[in-house]
Amino acid sequence: MQSDIYNPRRHVGVHAEYISDVSNRDFPGHYPDEDNSWNLDLFRKKLHVKVNELSQRSIQFDLVGVDASIANAFRRILIAEVPTIAIEHVYVWNNTSVIQDEVLAHRIGLVPLNVDPSYFEFKPDAQDQATDRNTLVFKLDVTCTRKPKTAIVRGTKKAEPEPEEIYNHSIVTSGDLTWEPQGEQSEVFASKPPRPTNENIVLAKLRPGQEISMELHAIKGVGKEHAKWSPVATATYRLLPLVVLNPEKPVPPQYAEKFRKCFSPGVIDIDPVTKAVSVNEKNLRNESMNREVFRHKEFEGCVELKRVRDFFIFNVESEGTYAPEKLLPESIKVLRQKIATIRSAAERLLAEIEGEPAVQGDVEMADA
Amino acid sequence: MKNPKVEFCGYSVPHPSENHINIRIQMYDNLSALQALITALNDLDTLCETIEGAYDASLRSDGIERWDEKS
Repeated sequence: MQSDIYNPRRHVGVHAEYISDVSNRDFPGHYPDEDNSWNLDLFRKKLHVKVNELSQRSIQFDLVGVDASIANAFRRILIAEVPTIAIEHVYVWNNTSVIQDEVLAHRIGLVPLNVDPSYFEFKPDAQDQATDRNTLVFKLDVTCTRKPKTAIVRGTKKAEPEPEEIYNHSIVTSGDLTWEPQGEQSEVFASKPPRPTNENIVLAKLRPGQEISMELHAIKGVGKEHAKWSPVATATYRLLPLVVLNPEKPVPPQYAEKFRKCFSPGVIDIDPVTKAVSVNEKNLRNESMNREVFRHKEFEGCVELKRVRDFFIFNVESEGTYAPEKLLPESIKVLRQKIATIRSAAERLLAEIEGEPAVQGDVEMADA
Repeated sequence: MKNPKVEFCGYSVPHPSENHINIRIQMYDNLSALQALITALNDLDTLCETIEGAYDASLRSDGIERWDEKS
């Protein structure tokens, strides 16, 4: 498995009623004779990234060897700072349905769109100039009419007719959103016209005579501003669980089956002959850590539950704008952009300071 | 934190509604805190680059269980 996940320095102890050793003590000065200062080669050796599962919508990967703050930073950036395109402005010409304008506009805003945000620029807020570089225009025109009697095919004679059977367009779905190409967009998006990622999202329900006619403008934004711009359904991580058996106090063979039932299925193997209990390394990550073992007196001292502090199992589900395997690189790109911004500002400050020979290369404290 | 010359390093958010943070960096031996900040940002940048490289290498390798997810 991974190099030395059994190193006790990397463990967070999970006990019956509390958690021990939570923080990372891997910094210079904590262990007297060791130098834990930043070392890129050592980091590169310890770093281990492995993609485990990949589908069209989600990805599961391991990130080993980084500090919790870095993993958390990636998680937060995935949720809040990777840009997407979503509908922001709704211009209603006609809405005679029972759904209020604002409720309908809210629902439409939440529909995820299948557009690559790198083609677009951010639209500066409160500026009227909507160009083809920063806005996408959709139209929603639906009228509900009654089907002529001849076209109706009834299922059972006695039951009430389903609305879809007797009315046209009684359900307004996200598939009814039509894209209106503006300016250069018709050439740029010729091969992949913008559409909602899922055509079956119900937006409103209509009856004959009701009509919805509106123009929708979609712009680029980030999840920090509103959750509709978040590219992920969820982005979570958990730490790798560990079950460590105490060799000095093995599980008595008559309780082996009960011991196995205390853990998630597949985590504990029982040798069929000797009834000795052992941990299945491959299924260890399925352990849900429900601490059932600590409830039984006969297993006291036989086992320790731990988590590995720097082994992060990420599970990221994409909304569809980005392919799931592209999400982590996008978040790394966002983080690096932020670092570049701060770094250029800090370097400019340093240059300013160094221009004055009186100050010795350090920043003056501002008078509060 | 990983810099042995840093005596103190911390940040605070004065008010959650405002988008400001205060970072305090204090060094031993009268060294430049601003230089330490720039070094730290560079190290963070190389860290991100390394992670991205390892991730791309893992994507290209075999052993990924690919499955069909109906949305």
